[in-house]
Amino acid sequence: MTDLTNLTVAQIRDGHRAGDFSAVEVAEAFNANVAAAKALNAFIVETPELAIEAAKAADADRAAGTLKPLSGVPIGMKDLFCTNGVQTTAASHMLEGFVPRYESTVSQKLWDAGAGMLGKLNLDQFAMGSSNETSYFGNVISPWRRNDGGDAALAPGGSSGGSSAAIAARLCPAATGTDTGGSIRQPAAFTGISGIKPTYGRCSRWGIVAFASSLDQAGPMARDVRDCAIMLENMAGFDPKDATSLNLPVPDWEAALSSDLKGKTVGIPKEYRLDGIDPDIDAMWDAGIAMLKDAGAEVVEISLPHTQYALPAYYIIAPAEASSNLARYDGVRYGLRDLPQGAGLQDMYAATRAEGFGPEVKRRIMIGTYVLSAGFYDAYYTQAQKVRTLIARDFEQAFASCDVILAPTAPSAAFGLGEKMADPLAMYLNDVFAVPASLAGLPAMSVPAALNREGLPLGLQIIGKAFDEQGVLNAGLAIEERAGFNARAEKWW
Amino acid sequence: MTIDQATVKKIASLARIAISDDEAAGLEGELNNILGWVEQLGEVDVSGVEPMTAVIPNKLRLRDDVVDADPLTGGGRRDDVLANAPEPQHGFFGVPKVIE
Repeated sequence: MTDLTNLTVAQIRDGHRAGDFSAVEVAEAFNANVAAAKALNAFIVETPELAIEAAKAADADRAAGTLKPLSGVPIGMKDLFCTNGVQTTAASHMLEGFVPRYESTVSQKLWDAGAGMLGKLNLDQFAMGSSNETSYFGNVISPWRRNDGGDAALAPGGSSGGSSAAIAARLCPAATGTDTGGSIRQPAAFTGISGIKPTYGRCSRWGIVAFASSLDQAGPMARDVRDCAIMLENMAGFDPKDATSLNLPVPDWEAALSSDLKGKTVGIPKEYRLDGIDPDIDAMWDAGIAMLKDAGAEVVEISLPHTQYALPAYYIIAPAEASSNLARYDGVRYGLRDLPQGAGLQDMYAATRAEGFGPEVKRRIMIGTYVLSAGFYDAYYTQAQKVRTLIARDFEQAFASCDVILAPTAPSAAFGLGEKMADPLAMYLNDVFAVPASLAGLPAMSVPAALNREGLPLGLQIIGKAFDEQGVLNAGLAIEERAGFNARAEKWW
Repeated sequence: MTIDQATVKKIASLARIAISDDEAAGLEGELNNILGWVEQLGEVDVSGVEPMTAVIPNKLRLRDDVVDADPLTGGGRRDDVLANAPEPQHGFFGVPKVIE
Protein backbone atom coordinates (compact mmCIF):
# COMPACT_ATOMS: atom_id res chain seq x y z
CA MET A 1 0.00 0.00 0.00
CA THR A 2 1.20 3.51 -0.77
CA ASP A 3 2.45 5.64 2.08
CA LEU A 4 -0.50 7.95 2.66
CA THR A 5 1.77 10.66 4.07
CA ASN A 6 3.30 11.14 0.62
CA LEU A 7 -0.05 12.25 -0.79
CA THR A 8 -0.97 15.88 -1.39
CA VAL A 9 -4.09 17.53 -0.01
CA ALA A 10 -5.84 17.07 -3.37
CA GLN A 11 -4.85 13.40 -3.54
CA ILE A 12 -6.03 12.75 0.02
CA ARG A 13 -9.30 14.57 -0.60
CA ASP A 14 -9.96 12.76 -3.87
CA GLY A 15 -8.77 9.35 -2.65
CA HIS A 16 -10.96 9.60 0.43
CA ARG A 17 -13.88 10.68 -1.70
CA ALA A 18 -13.33 7.69 -4.02
CA GLY A 19 -13.08 5.27 -1.10
CA ASP A 20 -9.44 4.32 -1.78
CA PHE A 21 -8.70 4.70 1.92
CA SER A 22 -10.44 5.94 5.05
CA ALA A 23 -9.81 9.26 6.71
CA VAL A 24 -8.89 7.41 9.89
CA GLU A 25 -6.10 5.59 8.03
CA VAL A 26 -4.78 8.95 6.82
CA ALA A 27 -4.91 10.50 10.28
CA GLU A 28 -3.20 7.48 11.83
CA ALA A 29 -0.40 7.60 9.26
CA PHE A 30 0.29 11.29 9.92
CA ASN A 31 -0.06 10.87 13.69
CA ALA A 32 2.63 8.18 13.51
CA ASN A 33 4.97 10.47 11.55
CA VAL A 34 4.39 13.30 14.03
CA ALA A 35 5.11 11.03 16.98
CA ALA A 36 8.34 9.78 15.36
CA ALA A 37 9.72 13.23 14.53
CA LYS A 38 10.44 14.76 17.94
CA ALA A 39 13.97 15.56 16.77
CA LEU A 40 12.58 18.27 14.48
CA ASN A 41 10.72 19.98 17.36
CA ALA A 42 8.08 21.13 14.85
CA PHE A 43 5.11 20.79 17.21
CA ILE A 44 4.52 22.53 20.52
CA VAL A 45 1.37 20.51 21.21
CA GLU A 46 0.32 17.31 19.44
CA THR A 47 -3.39 16.55 19.14
CA PRO A 48 -3.61 13.06 17.60
CA GLU A 49 -7.02 12.52 19.19
CA LEU A 50 -8.45 15.59 17.44
CA ALA A 51 -7.11 14.34 14.10
CA ILE A 52 -8.78 10.97 14.66
CA GLU A 53 -12.04 12.57 15.78
CA ALA A 54 -12.21 14.70 12.60
CA ALA A 55 -11.29 11.66 10.52
CA LYS A 56 -14.12 9.61 12.02
CA ALA A 57 -16.51 12.44 11.22
CA ALA A 58 -15.14 12.57 7.66
CA ASP A 59 -15.65 8.82 7.23
CA ALA A 60 -19.20 9.14 8.55
CA ASP A 61 -19.82 12.06 6.18
CA ARG A 62 -18.62 9.97 3.26
CA ALA A 63 -20.98 7.15 4.22
CA ALA A 64 -23.81 9.68 4.48
CA GLY A 65 -22.86 11.45 1.24
CA THR A 66 -22.27 14.77 2.97
CA LEU A 67 -18.60 15.31 2.16
CA LYS A 68 -17.00 18.70 2.79
CA PRO A 69 -14.19 20.38 0.81
CA LEU A 70 -11.42 19.16 3.15
CA SER A 71 -13.02 15.97 4.48
CA GLY A 72 -10.33 13.47 5.38
CA VAL A 73 -7.46 15.97 5.35
CA PRO A 74 -5.51 16.44 8.60
CA ILE A 75 -3.44 19.61 8.87
CA GLY A 76 -1.00 21.40 11.16
CA MET A 77 -2.02 24.68 12.82
CA LYS A 78 0.59 27.35 13.50
CA ASP A 79 0.51 28.05 17.22
CA LEU A 80 -0.41 31.67 16.56
CA PHE A 81 -4.04 30.74 15.84
CA CYS A 82 -6.26 30.52 18.91
CA THR A 83 -7.84 27.09 19.13
CA ASN A 84 -10.71 26.48 21.51
CA GLY A 85 -9.63 24.20 24.32
CA VAL A 86 -6.08 23.66 22.98
CA GLN A 87 -3.10 25.54 24.38
CA THR A 88 -2.07 28.53 22.24
CA THR A 89 1.28 30.09 23.10
CA ALA A 90 2.66 32.05 20.12
CA ALA A 91 5.82 30.15 21.16
CA SER A 92 6.19 32.45 24.16
CA HIS A 93 6.64 31.86 27.86
CA MET A 94 4.12 34.68 28.31
CA LEU A 95 1.27 32.55 27.00
CA GLU A 96 2.46 29.15 28.19
CA GLY A 97 -0.61 27.35 29.50
CA PHE A 98 -3.06 29.74 27.82
CA VAL A 99 -6.09 27.76 26.66
CA PRO A 100 -8.41 29.94 24.55
CA ARG A 101 -12.15 29.68 25.05
CA TYR A 102 -12.74 30.67 21.44
CA GLU A 103 -11.58 29.67 17.97
CA SER A 104 -9.83 31.89 15.41
CA THR A 105 -11.94 32.54 12.31
CA VAL A 106 -9.40 30.93 9.98
CA SER A 107 -9.06 27.73 12.01
CA GLN A 108 -12.85 27.54 12.45
CA LYS A 109 -13.29 27.77 8.68
CA LEU A 110 -10.85 24.91 8.18
CA TRP A 111 -12.63 22.70 10.73
CA ASP A 112 -15.97 23.60 9.15
CA ALA A 113 -14.51 22.47 5.82
CA GLY A 114 -13.81 19.06 7.35
CA ALA A 115 -10.09 19.32 8.14
CA GLY A 116 -8.66 17.79 11.30
CA MET A 117 -5.88 19.09 13.54
CA LEU A 118 -2.65 17.15 14.06
CA GLY A 119 -1.27 19.71 16.48
CA LYS A 120 0.00 23.22 17.11
CA LEU A 121 3.15 24.09 15.21
CA ASN A 122 6.21 25.79 16.61
CA LEU A 123 7.22 29.26 15.39
CA ASP A 124 9.37 32.23 16.26
CA GLN A 125 8.16 33.83 19.48
CA PHE A 126 5.18 36.09 18.67
CA ALA A 127 6.12 35.45 15.01
CA MET A 128 9.23 37.64 15.41
CA GLY A 129 12.15 36.02 13.67
CA SER A 130 13.35 34.52 10.41
CA SER A 131 14.93 31.30 11.65
CA ASN A 132 12.78 29.77 14.41
CA GLU A 133 15.48 30.40 16.97
CA THR A 134 13.38 32.71 19.15
CA SER A 135 10.77 30.14 20.27
CA TYR A 136 10.55 29.62 24.02
CA PHE A 137 10.01 25.94 23.24
CA GLY A 138 13.33 25.47 21.45
CA ASN A 139 14.50 25.71 17.86
CA VAL A 140 12.76 23.91 15.04
CA ILE A 141 15.33 21.92 13.07
CA SER A 142 14.91 21.79 9.30
CA PRO A 143 14.64 18.26 7.91
CA TRP A 144 17.10 19.39 5.20
CA ARG A 145 20.86 19.01 5.48
CA ARG A 146 23.70 20.20 3.31
CA ASN A 147 25.21 17.62 0.97
CA ASP A 148 28.67 18.12 2.49
CA GLY A 149 28.35 15.00 4.60
CA GLY A 150 28.10 17.06 7.79
CA ASP A 151 25.03 17.15 9.95
CA ALA A 152 24.84 20.87 10.73
CA ALA A 153 21.36 21.80 11.96
CA LEU A 154 19.74 24.23 9.53
CA ALA A 155 17.03 26.84 10.04
CA PRO A 156 13.59 25.94 8.63
CA GLY A 157 12.97 29.67 8.12
CA GLY A 158 10.67 31.83 10.14
CA SER A 159 8.41 32.63 11.59
CA SER A 160 6.30 29.75 10.21
CA GLY A 161 9.22 27.31 10.58
CA GLY A 162 7.30 24.60 12.40
CA SER A 163 4.82 24.64 9.52
CA SER A 164 7.50 24.46 6.83
CA ALA A 165 9.53 21.74 8.57
CA ALA A 166 6.43 19.63 9.26
CA ILE A 167 5.26 19.73 5.64
CA ALA A 168 8.73 19.06 4.22
CA ALA A 169 9.14 16.09 6.60
CA ARG A 170 5.68 14.68 5.76
CA LEU A 171 4.30 15.26 9.25
CA CYS A 172 1.29 16.98 7.67
CA PRO A 173 0.17 17.56 4.07
CA ALA A 174 -0.51 21.26 4.66
CA ALA A 175 -0.43 23.81 7.44
CA THR A 176 -1.43 27.34 8.24
CA GLY A 177 1.12 30.12 8.31
CA THR A 178 1.07 33.82 8.91
CA ASP A 179 3.13 36.36 7.02
CA THR A 180 3.99 39.80 8.40
CA GLY A 181 7.20 40.42 6.47
CA GLY A 182 7.79 37.11 4.71
CA SER A 183 6.97 34.55 7.39
CA ILE A 184 5.14 32.23 4.97
CA ARG A 185 7.31 32.70 1.89
CA GLN A 186 10.83 32.55 3.37
CA PRO A 187 10.29 29.31 5.35
CA ALA A 188 8.57 27.77 2.30
CA ALA A 189 11.65 28.62 0.22
CA PHE A 190 14.04 27.24 2.86
CA THR A 191 12.29 23.85 2.97
CA GLY A 192 11.32 23.26 -0.67
CA ILE A 193 7.56 23.73 -0.30
CA SER A 194 4.97 26.27 -1.50
CA GLY A 195 3.20 29.01 0.41
CA ILE A 196 1.03 31.98 -0.42
CA LYS A 197 0.33 35.18 1.46
CA PRO A 198 -2.94 36.49 0.04
CA THR A 199 -3.98 40.12 -0.33
CA TYR A 200 -4.14 41.86 3.06
CA GLY A 201 -7.68 41.42 4.33
CA ARG A 202 -8.48 38.16 2.48
CA CYS A 203 -8.12 36.08 5.64
CA SER A 204 -9.59 37.25 8.91
CA ARG A 205 -7.08 38.15 11.60
CA TRP A 206 -9.65 37.52 14.34
CA GLY A 207 -8.27 35.09 16.90
CA ILE A 208 -4.71 35.21 15.55
CA VAL A 209 -2.22 36.46 18.14
CA ALA A 210 -1.42 39.95 16.82
CA PHE A 211 2.11 41.04 15.90
CA ALA A 212 1.83 44.01 13.47
CA SER A 213 -1.82 44.47 12.59
CA SER A 214 -1.42 46.43 9.34
CA LEU A 215 0.81 43.68 7.94
CA ASP A 216 -0.25 40.35 9.51
CA GLN A 217 -1.99 38.05 7.07
CA ALA A 218 -2.71 34.33 7.29
CA GLY A 219 -2.11 31.98 4.40
CA PRO A 220 -1.53 28.32 3.60
CA MET A 221 1.68 26.34 3.22
CA ALA A 222 1.66 23.04 1.34
CA ARG A 223 3.67 20.89 -1.02
CA ASP A 224 2.30 22.30 -4.25
CA VAL A 225 0.40 25.17 -5.82
CA ARG A 226 -2.92 23.31 -6.14
CA ASP A 227 -2.90 22.48 -2.44
CA CYS A 228 -2.23 26.13 -1.62
CA ALA A 229 -5.26 27.11 -3.72
CA ILE A 230 -7.47 24.52 -1.99
CA MET A 231 -6.35 25.57 1.48
CA LEU A 232 -6.66 29.28 0.78
CA GLU A 233 -10.21 28.87 -0.51
CA ASN A 234 -11.11 27.34 2.82
CA MET A 235 -9.29 29.97 4.93
CA ALA A 236 -10.32 33.19 3.19
CA GLY A 237 -13.58 35.10 3.38
CA PHE A 238 -15.31 38.07 4.92
CA ASP A 239 -15.44 38.25 8.70
CA PRO A 240 -17.43 41.01 10.41
CA LYS A 241 -15.28 40.51 13.54
CA ASP A 242 -12.18 41.90 11.77
CA ALA A 243 -12.54 45.54 10.72
CA THR A 244 -9.89 45.09 8.01
CA SER A 245 -11.52 42.00 6.52
CA LEU A 246 -12.32 42.37 2.80
CA ASN A 247 -16.00 42.07 1.99
CA LEU A 248 -15.44 40.21 -1.28
CA PRO A 249 -16.50 36.78 -2.50
CA VAL A 250 -13.84 34.05 -2.36
CA PRO A 251 -13.01 32.99 -5.93
CA ASP A 252 -12.80 29.35 -6.93
CA TRP A 253 -9.02 29.45 -7.23
CA GLU A 254 -8.48 25.73 -7.68
CA ALA A 255 -10.95 25.42 -10.55
CA ALA A 256 -9.39 28.36 -12.40
CA LEU A 257 -5.78 27.10 -12.10
CA SER A 258 -4.02 27.36 -15.46
CA SER A 259 -0.34 27.45 -16.30
CA ASP A 260 -0.99 28.96 -19.74
CA LEU A 261 0.42 32.47 -19.44
CA LYS A 262 -0.21 33.63 -23.02
CA GLY A 263 -1.06 37.31 -23.04
CA LYS A 264 0.43 37.82 -19.57
CA THR A 265 3.39 40.05 -18.82
CA VAL A 266 5.92 39.30 -16.10
CA GLY A 267 7.92 42.14 -14.56
CA ILE A 268 11.50 41.69 -13.36
CA PRO A 269 12.41 44.39 -10.82
CA LYS A 270 15.90 45.64 -11.59
CA GLU A 271 16.42 46.86 -8.01
CA TYR A 272 16.24 43.27 -6.75
CA ARG A 273 19.51 42.44 -8.56
CA LEU A 274 21.60 43.07 -5.48
CA ASP A 275 25.37 43.42 -5.65
CA GLY A 276 27.11 40.30 -4.50
CA ILE A 277 23.98 38.16 -4.68
CA ASP A 278 24.50 34.41 -4.37
CA PRO A 279 25.18 33.13 -7.94
CA ASP A 280 22.88 30.14 -7.35
CA ILE A 281 20.03 32.53 -6.57
CA ASP A 282 20.76 34.57 -9.68
CA ALA A 283 20.87 31.45 -11.87
CA MET A 284 17.56 30.22 -10.45
CA TRP A 285 15.99 33.60 -11.16
CA ASP A 286 17.15 33.48 -14.79
CA ALA A 287 15.84 29.93 -15.09
CA GLY A 288 12.50 31.14 -13.69
CA ILE A 289 12.33 33.86 -16.34
CA ALA A 290 12.90 31.24 -19.04
CA MET A 291 10.17 29.04 -17.55
CA LEU A 292 7.59 31.83 -17.60
CA LYS A 293 8.52 32.70 -21.18
CA ASP A 294 8.08 29.04 -22.05
CA ALA A 295 4.60 29.24 -20.51
CA GLY A 296 3.75 32.00 -22.98
CA ALA A 297 4.42 35.10 -20.92
CA GLU A 298 6.18 38.22 -22.08
CA VAL A 299 8.96 39.40 -19.76
CA VAL A 300 9.77 43.07 -19.16
CA GLU A 301 12.14 44.88 -16.84
CA ILE A 302 10.39 47.07 -14.27
CA SER A 303 11.59 49.49 -11.64
CA LEU A 304 10.63 49.62 -7.96
CA PRO A 305 12.79 52.62 -7.03
CA HIS A 306 12.15 52.63 -3.27
CA THR A 307 13.06 48.97 -2.75
CA GLN A 308 16.11 49.70 -0.60
CA TYR A 309 13.95 51.58 1.90
CA ALA A 310 11.40 48.81 2.38
CA LEU A 311 13.35 46.94 5.03
CA PRO A 312 14.17 49.93 7.26
CA ALA A 313 10.55 51.15 6.94
CA TYR A 314 9.34 47.69 7.94
CA TYR A 315 11.62 47.62 10.98
CA ILE A 316 10.01 50.83 12.21
CA ILE A 317 6.39 50.06 11.39
CA ALA A 318 6.29 46.43 12.54
CA PRO A 319 7.94 47.05 15.95
CA ALA A 320 5.77 50.15 16.46
CA GLU A 321 2.61 48.11 15.99
CA ALA A 322 4.07 45.24 18.02
CA SER A 323 4.84 47.50 20.97
CA SER A 324 1.20 48.55 20.96
CA ASN A 325 -0.27 45.07 20.41
CA LEU A 326 1.93 43.41 23.01
CA ALA A 327 0.99 45.96 25.65
CA ARG A 328 -1.90 43.61 26.44
CA TYR A 329 0.49 41.14 28.10
CA ASP A 330 0.49 42.67 31.57
CA GLY A 331 -0.05 39.72 33.87
CA VAL A 332 -3.64 40.69 34.70
CA ARG A 333 -6.07 39.09 32.29
CA TYR A 334 -4.25 36.05 30.91
CA GLY A 335 -0.83 34.53 30.61
CA LEU A 336 2.12 34.74 32.93
CA ARG A 337 2.16 36.79 36.13
CA ASP A 338 5.37 37.54 37.97
CA LEU A 339 4.61 39.23 41.26
CA PRO A 340 7.78 39.93 43.25
CA GLN A 341 7.45 40.09 47.03
CA GLY A 342 5.81 43.37 48.04
CA ALA A 343 5.48 44.57 44.45
CA GLY A 344 2.85 47.06 43.32
CA LEU A 345 0.97 47.04 40.04
CA GLN A 346 3.67 48.79 37.95
CA ASP A 347 6.38 46.49 39.30
CA MET A 348 4.22 43.50 38.49
CA TYR A 349 3.82 44.64 34.88
CA ALA A 350 7.57 45.20 34.47
CA ALA A 351 8.56 41.93 36.13
CA THR A 352 5.96 39.93 34.18
CA ARG A 353 7.06 41.37 30.85
CA ALA A 354 10.75 40.93 31.66
CA GLU A 355 10.10 37.28 32.47
CA GLY A 356 7.60 36.49 29.71
CA PHE A 357 9.22 37.99 26.61
CA GLY A 358 12.36 36.67 24.91
CA PRO A 359 15.26 38.90 23.83
CA GLU A 360 14.08 39.49 20.23
CA VAL A 361 10.56 40.39 21.38
CA LYS A 362 11.94 42.80 23.97
CA ARG A 363 14.24 44.35 21.37
CA ARG A 364 11.33 44.99 19.02
CA ILE A 365 9.04 46.33 21.74
CA MET A 366 11.85 48.70 22.79
CA ILE A 367 12.38 49.94 19.22
CA GLY A 368 8.65 50.35 18.76
CA THR A 369 8.29 52.24 22.02
CA TYR A 370 11.16 54.53 21.05
CA VAL A 371 9.95 55.38 17.54
CA LEU A 372 6.46 56.11 18.86
CA SER A 373 7.65 58.22 21.79
CA ALA A 374 7.09 61.98 21.95
CA GLY A 375 9.72 63.85 19.95
CA PHE A 376 10.60 60.91 17.70
CA TYR A 377 7.19 59.94 16.33
CA ASP A 378 7.37 62.14 13.23
CA ALA A 379 11.04 61.57 12.51
CA TYR A 380 10.68 57.79 12.55
CA TYR A 381 7.11 56.54 12.42
CA THR A 382 5.45 59.16 10.20
CA GLN A 383 8.46 59.15 7.88
CA ALA A 384 8.27 55.35 7.60
CA GLN A 385 4.54 55.46 6.82
CA LYS A 386 5.21 58.02 4.08
CA VAL A 387 7.93 55.81 2.63
CA ARG A 388 5.44 52.97 2.78
CA THR A 389 3.08 55.01 0.59
CA LEU A 390 5.90 55.44 -1.93
CA ILE A 391 6.65 51.70 -1.91
CA ALA A 392 2.99 50.89 -2.57
CA ARG A 393 2.99 53.51 -5.34
CA ASP A 394 6.06 51.86 -6.92
CA PHE A 395 4.11 48.63 -7.23
CA GLU A 396 1.04 50.41 -8.63
CA GLN A 397 3.16 52.01 -11.32
CA ALA A 398 4.96 48.76 -12.09
CA PHE A 399 1.66 46.92 -12.48
CA ALA A 400 0.70 49.35 -15.23
CA SER A 401 3.13 47.45 -17.44
CA CYS A 402 2.98 43.89 -16.05
CA ASP A 403 0.57 41.37 -14.51
CA VAL A 404 2.86 39.67 -12.00
CA ILE A 405 6.39 40.22 -10.71
CA LEU A 406 9.05 37.51 -10.47
CA ALA A 407 11.90 37.65 -7.94
CA PRO A 408 13.79 35.36 -5.59
CA THR A 409 12.03 34.68 -2.27
CA ALA A 410 15.16 35.06 -0.12
CA PRO A 411 18.75 36.15 -0.81
CA SER A 412 20.17 32.81 0.35
CA ALA A 413 19.32 29.18 1.01
CA ALA A 414 18.70 28.01 4.58
CA PHE A 415 21.51 29.02 6.92
CA GLY A 416 22.78 27.11 9.91
CA LEU A 417 21.15 27.55 13.29
CA GLY A 418 23.17 30.04 15.31
CA GLU A 419 24.92 31.54 12.28
CA LYS A 420 23.01 34.81 12.32
CA MET A 421 21.68 35.03 15.87
CA ALA A 422 24.43 37.32 17.14
CA ASP A 423 23.59 40.06 14.66
CA PRO A 424 19.93 41.13 14.50
CA LEU A 425 20.56 43.29 11.43
CA ALA A 426 22.03 40.40 9.42
CA MET A 427 18.94 38.37 10.33
CA TYR A 428 16.58 41.16 9.26
CA LEU A 429 18.30 41.40 5.86
CA ASN A 430 17.10 37.89 5.05
CA ASP A 431 13.62 39.34 4.42
CA VAL A 432 14.82 41.90 1.86
CA PHE A 433 12.81 40.44 -1.06
CA ALA A 434 9.74 39.50 0.97
CA VAL A 435 9.05 42.71 2.89
CA PRO A 436 8.12 45.11 0.03
CA ALA A 437 5.03 43.07 -0.97
CA SER A 438 3.99 42.92 2.70
CA LEU A 439 4.20 46.69 3.06
CA ALA A 440 2.02 47.07 -0.03
CA GLY A 441 -0.47 44.39 1.12
CA LEU A 442 -0.07 42.42 -2.12
CA PRO A 443 -0.55 38.70 -2.68
CA ALA A 444 2.77 36.86 -3.04
CA MET A 445 3.84 33.25 -3.09
CA SER A 446 6.98 31.18 -3.00
CA VAL A 447 7.42 28.02 -5.05
CA PRO A 448 10.46 25.73 -4.92
CA ALA A 449 12.52 26.11 -8.08
CA ALA A 450 15.98 24.60 -7.67
CA LEU A 451 18.62 23.12 -5.39
CA ASN A 452 21.80 25.06 -4.75
CA ARG A 453 25.36 23.70 -4.77
CA GLU A 454 24.87 22.50 -1.20
CA GLY A 455 21.77 20.53 -2.16
CA LEU A 456 19.40 22.95 -0.41
CA PRO A 457 16.12 24.20 -1.86
CA LEU A 458 15.70 27.70 -3.31
CA GLY A 459 12.39 29.45 -3.90
CA LEU A 460 11.05 31.82 -6.51
CA GLN A 461 8.60 34.49 -5.48
CA ILE A 462 5.65 35.74 -7.52
CA ILE A 463 4.04 39.01 -6.46
CA GLY A 464 0.62 39.94 -7.84
CA LYS A 465 -1.79 42.85 -7.96
CA ALA A 466 -4.12 43.31 -5.02
CA PHE A 467 -6.93 40.68 -5.16
CA ASP A 468 -5.20 38.77 -7.98
CA GLU A 469 -4.31 35.58 -6.12
CA GLN A 470 -5.31 33.71 -9.28
CA GLY A 471 -2.58 35.38 -11.33
CA VAL A 472 -0.04 34.54 -8.63
CA LEU A 473 -1.15 30.91 -8.36
CA ASN A 474 -1.16 30.45 -12.13
CA ALA A 475 2.37 31.81 -12.56
CA GLY A 476 3.41 29.64 -9.61
CA LEU A 477 1.91 26.61 -11.34
CA ALA A 478 3.78 27.41 -14.56
CA ILE A 479 7.05 27.41 -12.62
CA GLU A 480 6.13 24.30 -10.66
CA GLU A 481 5.37 22.31 -13.83
CA ARG A 482 8.61 23.36 -15.50
CA ALA A 483 10.99 23.27 -12.54
CA GLY A 484 9.89 19.72 -11.78
CA PHE A 485 11.14 20.16 -8.24
CA ASN A 486 10.74 16.81 -6.50
CA ALA A 487 13.72 16.73 -4.17
CA ARG A 488 13.02 15.94 -0.54
CA ALA A 489 15.04 15.83 2.62
CA GLU A 490 16.65 12.51 3.32
CA LYS A 491 15.20 11.08 6.50
CA TRP A 492 17.56 11.27 9.50
CA TRP A 493 15.11 12.10 12.31
CA MET B 1 20.95 60.10 16.74
CA THR B 2 22.52 57.86 19.35
CA ILE B 3 20.86 56.72 22.52
CA ASP B 4 22.65 56.20 25.81
CA GLN B 5 22.01 53.78 28.63
CA ALA B 6 19.83 56.24 30.48
CA THR B 7 17.61 56.49 27.41
CA VAL B 8 17.51 52.70 27.12
CA LYS B 9 16.28 52.53 30.69
CA LYS B 10 13.74 55.25 30.03
CA ILE B 11 12.39 53.33 27.01
CA ALA B 12 12.27 50.13 29.06
CA SER B 13 10.26 51.87 31.72
CA LEU B 14 7.86 53.27 29.11
CA ALA B 15 7.53 49.74 27.71
CA ARG B 16 7.00 48.34 31.24
CA ILE B 17 9.89 45.90 30.94
CA ALA B 18 12.25 45.50 33.88
CA ILE B 19 15.88 45.40 32.70
CA SER B 20 19.18 45.00 34.51
CA ASP B 21 22.23 47.23 33.99
CA ASP B 22 23.86 44.44 31.97
CA GLU B 23 20.86 44.15 29.69
CA ALA B 24 20.74 47.92 29.26
CA ALA B 25 24.38 47.92 28.20
CA GLY B 26 23.74 45.18 25.63
CA LEU B 27 20.61 46.84 24.29
CA GLU B 28 22.38 50.18 23.94
CA GLY B 29 24.62 48.78 21.23
CA GLU B 30 21.89 46.76 19.50
CA LEU B 31 19.35 49.57 19.43
CA ASN B 32 21.89 52.11 18.17
CA ASN B 33 22.90 49.70 15.45
CA ILE B 34 19.30 49.22 14.30
CA LEU B 35 18.32 52.89 14.65
CA GLY B 36 21.45 53.97 12.80
CA TRP B 37 20.43 51.70 9.94
CA VAL B 38 16.80 52.89 9.76
CA GLU B 39 17.94 56.50 9.68
CA GLN B 40 18.61 56.10 5.94
CA LEU B 41 14.86 56.71 5.57
CA GLY B 42 15.64 60.37 6.17
CA GLU B 43 17.18 60.48 2.67
CA VAL B 44 13.82 59.89 1.00
CA ASP B 45 12.03 62.96 -0.30
CA VAL B 46 8.50 62.59 1.04
CA SER B 47 7.29 66.11 0.42
CA GLY B 48 3.62 66.01 -0.53
CA VAL B 49 3.33 62.30 0.37
CA GLU B 50 0.60 61.25 2.78
CA PRO B 51 1.53 58.63 5.39
CA MET B 52 -0.17 55.32 4.70
CA THR B 53 -3.12 54.60 6.97
CA ALA B 54 -4.72 51.63 5.18
CA VAL B 55 -2.81 49.30 2.92
CA ILE B 56 -5.92 48.22 1.02
CA PRO B 57 -8.50 51.01 0.68
CA ASN B 58 -11.32 49.71 2.82
CA LYS B 59 -14.18 51.65 4.38
CA LEU B 60 -14.35 51.18 8.12
CA ARG B 61 -17.49 49.35 9.03
CA LEU B 62 -19.51 50.07 12.12
CA ARG B 63 -21.23 47.38 14.08
CA ASP B 64 -25.01 47.56 14.48
CA ASP B 65 -25.83 49.56 17.59
CA VAL B 66 -27.53 46.71 19.42
CA VAL B 67 -26.66 44.88 22.62
CA ASP B 68 -24.91 41.56 21.94
CA ALA B 69 -24.81 42.05 18.16
CA ASP B 70 -22.35 39.18 18.12
CA PRO B 71 -22.87 36.66 20.91
CA LEU B 72 -19.19 35.69 20.75
CA THR B 73 -17.85 39.17 21.35
CA GLY B 74 -20.81 40.55 23.29
CA GLY B 75 -21.43 40.31 27.01
CA GLY B 76 -22.44 37.51 29.35
CA ARG B 77 -19.24 35.51 29.05
CA ARG B 78 -17.62 36.25 32.39
CA ASP B 79 -16.39 32.73 33.07
CA ASP B 80 -14.78 32.47 29.64
CA VAL B 81 -13.14 35.86 30.04
CA LEU B 82 -11.74 34.96 33.45
CA ALA B 83 -10.77 31.40 32.53
CA ASN B 84 -7.13 32.26 31.80
CA ALA B 85 -6.64 35.00 34.40
CA PRO B 86 -3.73 34.34 36.78
CA GLU B 87 -5.60 35.51 39.91
CA PRO B 88 -9.36 35.81 39.40
CA GLN B 89 -11.20 36.74 42.57
CA HIS B 90 -14.96 36.83 43.15
CA GLY B 91 -15.62 37.14 39.41
CA PHE B 92 -13.05 39.88 38.85
CA PHE B 93 -9.44 40.17 37.75
CA GLY B 94 -7.22 40.29 40.82
CA VAL B 95 -4.27 42.69 41.00
CA PRO B 96 -1.93 43.75 43.79
CA LYS B 97 -3.30 46.40 46.13
CA VAL B 98 -3.12 49.82 44.47
CA ILE B 99 -4.70 51.95 47.25
CA GLU B 100 -3.78 51.67 50.92
